[in-house]
Amino acid sequence: MPVAWIPSLMQKLTEGQQQIPVEGSTVRQVVEALESLYPGFKDRIVEDDRIRTEIAVAVDGEVVTSGLRARVGAESEVHFLPALAGG
Amino acid sequence: MSAGNGYKVIGTRPVRHDGVDKVTGRAVYGGDTRLSGLLYGQVLRSPHAHARIKSIDISKAQALPGVKAVLTGADLPKTGDTIVDLGEGPARLKYMSDNVLATDKTLYSGHPVAAVCASNVHIAEEALDLIEVEYEVLEAVLNLREAMKEGAPQLHPDMTTQEFGEDTGRTSNLATHFQHKLGDPDTAFASADVVIEREFNTATVHQGYIEPHNATAMWNADGQITIWTSTQGSFAARAQTGAVLDIPVSKIKVVPQEIGGGFGGKIPIYLEPIAAMLSKASGQPVKLIMTRPAVFESTGPTPGSHIKIKMGANKDGKIVAAEAYIAFESGAYPGGLVGAAAMCVFSCYDIANGLIDCYDVVLNKPRSFAYRAPGSTQACFATEHVVELLAAELGIDPLEFRLKNSATTGTRRIDGVVYPKMGCKEVLEAIRDSEHYKSAAPSGPNQGRGISLGYWFNVGLQSACTASVNNDGTVSLSEGSTDIGGSRTSIAMQFAETLSLDVDDVRAQVVDTDSIGHTDVTGGSRVTYATGWAAYKSALDVQAQMCERAAQLWEVEVDQVAFEEGVFSSGDKSYTFKELSGHLDETGGPVIGRATVNPDSGVGGSFAANIADVEVDPDTGKVQVLRFTVIQDAGKAIHPSYVEGQMQGGSAQGIGWALNEEYYYNKDGQLDNSSYLDYRIPTSLDLPMIETIIVEVPNPGHPFGVRGVGEANIAPPPAAMAGAIADAIGVRLQELPMKPSNVLAATQASEGQAALAAGG
Amino acid sequence: MSKIHVQTTINEEATEFLCEPRESLLEVLRETLGFTGTKEGCNDGNCGACSVTLDGVLIDSCLMLAVEAEGKSISTVEGLANPEGLHPIQQAFLEHAALQCGICTPGFLVASKALLDHNPEPSEHEIRHWLAGNLCRCTGYDKIVRAVLEAAQTVRASA
Repeated sequence: MPVAWIPSLMQKLTEGQQQIPVEGSTVRQVVEALESLYPGFKDRIVEDDRIRTEIAVAVDGEVVTSGLRARVGAESEVHFLPALAGG
Repeated sequence: MSAGNGYKVIGTRPVRHDGVDKVTGRAVYGGDTRLSGLLYGQVLRSPHAHARIKSIDISKAQALPGVKAVLTGADLPKTGDTIVDLGEGPARLKYMSDNVLATDKTLYSGHPVAAVCASNVHIAEEALDLIEVEYEVLEAVLNLREAMKEGAPQLHPDMTTQEFGEDTGRTSNLATHFQHKLGDPDTAFASADVVIEREFNTATVHQGYIEPHNATAMWNADGQITIWTSTQGSFAARAQTGAVLDIPVSKIKVVPQEIGGGFGGKIPIYLEPIAAMLSKASGQPVKLIMTRPAVFESTGPTPGSHIKIKMGANKDGKIVAAEAYIAFESGAYPGGLVGAAAMCVFSCYDIANGLIDCYDVVLNKPRSFAYRAPGSTQACFATEHVVELLAAELGIDPLEFRLKNSATTGTRRIDGVVYPKMGCKEVLEAIRDSEHYKSAAPSGPNQGRGISLGYWFNVGLQSACTASVNNDGTVSLSEGSTDIGGSRTSIAMQFAETLSLDVDDVRAQVVDTDSIGHTDVTGGSRVTYATGWAAYKSALDVQAQMCERAAQLWEVEVDQVAFEEGVFSSGDKSYTFKELSGHLDETGGPVIGRATVNPDSGVGGSFAANIADVEVDPDTGKVQVLRFTVIQDAGKAIHPSYVEGQMQGGSAQGIGWALNEEYYYNKDGQLDNSSYLDYRIPTSLDLPMIETIIVEVPNPGHPFGVRGVGEANIAPPPAAMAGAIADAIGVRLQELPMKPSNVLAATQASEGQAALAAGG
Repeated sequence: MSKIHVQTTINEEATEFLCEPRESLLEVLRETLGFTGTKEGCNDGNCGACSVTLDGVLIDSCLMLAVEAEGKSISTVEGLANPEGLHPIQQAFLEHAALQCGICTPGFLVASKALLDHNPEPSEHEIRHWLAGNLCRCTGYDKIVRAVLEAAQTVRASA
């Protein structure tokens, strides 16, 4: 089962949970699963059916380019990070 | 010229294809754009760091003979609260637009308030003097820690601190706050045998590219706009200009001219919408070139910072916990560079428990932008300082201490990322094995040696490439990545390698936004990696099509055609690539290979390290670099000369940041050193030869193993210089720049303490 | 503003132009005469991108008024190569990868040529000292200095 890593500033919402195994084969399914466990989660990550521009989602350490549709493997880690400006 | 490793082209050092144009003065840079009926523009800038614009009267300027148009912020389309990501990270459109031309308030001295175009630049300058702006001067804040305090002058009255997708509702100059946490740092610190904590400040610095920002625009009567500009990303420039002007990107063509340096500072737009609007108003093409003071006052800078680092280690030399507090200046508008600092601050080490707490703070300076490995240099300066102190406290050799704690494949960073194959340890081993490190450290009075280690994660993003095969077997390669340091050639080399062609038979050109698929900015050390990958894929596309042509000619099935070492063959028949290219017209016409990439895996980060020997002048505090070595993991060096060039250039910039460079604001919030005389970047006389050691730990995520090398090299120099200075004078400085007056003061303070101790 | 007629020599060609008294030589070279190889980096004499020689003396063309060119002989980067090929300094810059973005390159080439005209066998330190008025932000100067050292050798060998 993929594991979602919860940013420390969002752990209030997840009752202190840092790592949460959830079902899902896409980022969207992972976020929906987190939303059903912790209502309000999705709102922090998603706006207008897209990942918020100020947030980046990384699957297995790589920032995804296909947003909520990005594939998540059975052993994947999903991280939520602040989006970055380039160099 | 053979490259070894089975490569024919990769690893060789051909003369760059745009080289002759650049040594003869023929290459056309943005400022060299010449068009029929060209007008010249200039921009009026706020003298106040913080002021409300009460009124602007342009009537006298408009009346000056030769003036063709005058523009103010009121002429730009009104923008809503839209958040846009236009190639340089997410930004609020109003902020982007207001940074081009202020509307209600000016937020830094140098903030544009109006623009003029005229038949020559002198008339435009005279016209600026005739524009009457009435300001209500407001209290400004230019110090990072002051700006963070409650009750500090507030730049954006409606701005509230954002905490990871949550609006805190608190109005302040704190734009964003976020954290990364791994493991249990409190417990780990409690268990540590040694804990060291220090505090650091680094000054605001500028990218310092020699070519000023420029833009030339023609707004045609049919509504089509062409913009010739020096930009790190033509598509980013098009998107930003379209957003600010509220017109679809299909109406805009950006022609990327040769660019005279960027280093992150030519990703944002400044002049493009102004040139376009002035052209619309005058009906003629308009060119603007920033003055050098305007470049310093209004563009670039990269954040000054306030950083606290706490690290704990066990007696056996293992770092067990680390904590960072990082506050970055984002300038007049919220930025995003502190996020990158967080990804770099402890990235060289394997640390199981940590907390990284970050703040992005607005204050009355120009909006901060990326500068080569943005955020990493400040963070590296701070972390490496504490690493050295820990090693000393534990009585372990500093290099050995780093090797013992080095990040490696599988290391989890405090921000959660797990490293794929990485060259951190190999870079440290290259220090150990280098002739420089093995040579005796300089032992004269006030001489010393320092080492340091830094990191940049690199990015992937989108690139496109098309390749037209000519009937003589040469290839014209079109790509969209602005070439700032020889990348056309490294792209052509990857294409040539794939098809076993001679590199001089592949000519790469950077084309405009109408002529190639979307290509993201030249930044994040991505071009040789991602656009090189697109070139590789387009070569495979060419290969597949050429195999089909050979199959036609030989009347066989395509799977019966083989391609090896530049030769197509089937049974006893064979054609070289060149020979087959001569038969395209009889087998269906031209062959055009094409490819696009948007890699979301395989972006390999790069580590860089330094060995620095210095001598400190005890009378003046001036630091002379005696010897300097830079080591970096390139994955695979496509063109070693240009890899070395990146390493040397980043080193020089890092040395400038370490020793000299900083923004001086006076009490009125005006920049007092907006010229190269006073903002002193290193000259040839300030530096020794910069020795390079390329480490190659191939990136498994790239067909040739490439890791971008553009950036990591700027991170370690200030830390290495601080170490060398400490070795020389016994004081380890916690502030950048380590300018003569600071070094002298530190020396005197330390001597004073020594004298007191001796006397007591 | 009325214009002044100036007769001068640029890259060994007799040249005439009209300019306002307030125009710099750099401005006239670039905007009036089309010698855009001479670059503007700062317009205040601190970066050297606009280096040209005036009667053999290395100057920043942004600091000289164009009217002062009357009767003088000016050499720009465009005058370095000839139909037979590149100047050895240009060739050395290419072979040593002594340029990245290339904006400072014309100034460095002109300044290096002036150095070799003046001192055919400069030491590394003499090169660094001479070129300290030309700023490069890309290279760290290493490859530039090496290129000039090699060009000096080539020029001496062919003299």
